[in-house]
Amino acid sequence: MKLRSGLVLCTLVAFLATTPGFAEELSGTLKKVKETGSITMGIRESSYPLSYLDDKQQPIGYHIDVCNRIVSAVKDQLKMPGLKVQQQPVTSQNRIPLVTNGTVDLECGSTTNNEARQKQVSFAVTTFVTNVRMAVKKASGITGLGQLDGKPVATTSGTTSVQLMRAHEKGKHIDFKEVYGKDHADSFLLLETDRAVAFVMDDNLLAGLIATSKKPSDYALVGEVLNVEPIAVMVRKDDPQFKKLADDAIKGMMKSGELEKLYRKWFLSPIPPKNVNMNFPMSEKLKELIKNPSDAPAEAYNKKK
Amino acid sequence: MNYHWNWGIFLERIKGGEETYLSWILTGFGWTVSVSLCSWAIALLLGFLVGTLRTAPNRWVARLCNAYVELFRNIPLLVQMFLWFFVVPELLPRGLSMWVKRDMPAKEFATATVCLGLFTSARIAEQVRAGIQSLPRGQRYAGLAMGFTLPQTYRYVLLPMAFRIILPPLTSEFMNVFKNSSVAFAIGVLELTFQARQMQEDSEQGIETYLAVTLLYFICAFIAHRGMSWIEKRTRVPGYIAAAK
Repeated sequence: MKLRSGLVLCTLVAFLATTPGFAEELSGTLKKVKETGSITMGIRESSYPLSYLDDKQQPIGYHIDVCNRIVSAVKDQLKMPGLKVQQQPVTSQNRIPLVTNGTVDLECGSTTNNEARQKQVSFAVTTFVTNVRMAVKKASGITGLGQLDGKPVATTSGTTSVQLMRAHEKGKHIDFKEVYGKDHADSFLLLETDRAVAFVMDDNLLAGLIATSKKPSDYALVGEVLNVEPIAVMVRKDDPQFKKLADDAIKGMMKSGELEKLYRKWFLSPIPPKNVNMNFPMSEKLKELIKNPSDAPAEAYNKKK
Repeated sequence: MNYHWNWGIFLERIKGGEETYLSWILTGFGWTVSVSLCSWAIALLLGFLVGTLRTAPNRWVARLCNAYVELFRNIPLLVQMFLWFFVVPELLPRGLSMWVKRDMPAKEFATATVCLGLFTSARIAEQVRAGIQSLPRGQRYAGLAMGFTLPQTYRYVLLPMAFRIILPPLTSEFMNVFKNSSVAFAIGVLELTFQARQMQEDSEQGIETYLAVTLLYFICAFIAHRGMSWIEKRTRVPGYIAAAK
């Protein structure tokens, strides 16, 4: 009982502390940024090539570039050219708590926009779309999910791919033997060492893992798309002012063609640190979204038939 | 903090499935307890054997056992998990290797249990050695003078006394087994830590999830502690080793 009342008290205090006052012009994140003189970007250390560290341990990537544009829009609006920009590494486990508790103002990793998450946070308009598919060894001759019955299939623990496989399994009466890696590199190792015949994950991550593997020509991305996932920059919930600023900055990039240029830079040309080309052409879905920006969650793209 | 609390999440159904999040956490708890108890059995058996042999008169046997302890004590548990899971099968002949990787029943569970068991056994062996060596040398001689053989001296005199002396560190080792079993998630055992990660990714109610999981680990370790205290009380030799109360 004591623990519970303590928790209630803590949340209450936290709630009161963050409730915006009567400020007319600035509220939420922008107010906080103005007052503290700094803004914090959440970065991922190995979400290739959206947000990862280069050989000097500096965060780079497609979403880092997008976020830098949003930050410069913040600088313009607040007239604070000297605004301090801090970087905070986040993981899939802590990214949402760090955004809700105010540590991170702008999460620039590779977060899927879905309904469960929208209960906790908001997303800027979608800047990348990934399809959940599978990577296999070419030699295995596997081309579709139907061939995986009774075979071991790898995925990463704590990712949404698991629930997709579960749902698919139920619909198609396929019995996967799921094996789990603790992160994407481990899961790929499961495929590489023949513990699994396929690895189900976001296709851009699979392409990245294949491109950086020992023998990229051994692997192929195959099979039907299990899910379409919109990936976006994550911001705090109920902060329309900051969300609008972020959205407008991104929409501007979409209109001017700058976003496409960034896409070509990160997905269709050699990138550091290994100078590997991902060769990952833009999906039709993303082309569509650049014409008509949207912040709809994944569920909107994957309506159950 | 604008966190959206939802303690009812545990009773909600998981996405695309029939069971609730609570059943995820409970099956995870089940695996945690199974891995821990099985590893503890391996660890006790091997630990006592190796620890005892380290005090044996034969120098080569003692050295071999020392080497065993140093090997398993000096490599981090997470690294050992990976070694057993990813590296060892690659060293086996092709057919056997494929069997271990694909068809062996409960391969993740077996690997995790053996790994945690061996890791803990090295730590127990060290405690057993320390316990035996802390006994006055006279006890060994007294045993031998009674006409016991060396194995009988160990069985009737040295080991029962050493066991009582090392019970407190053994207790914390037993509690550690439960906590260390969380590393098994790294090779895909569906235990508590694994299920917590799944649940937090699925439901986005991370704080509730990890609070519940923390409580379950605490309960495990606490029960282990109470059980060991009970044994300690029951096996106490009156007048020897700090008999409080």
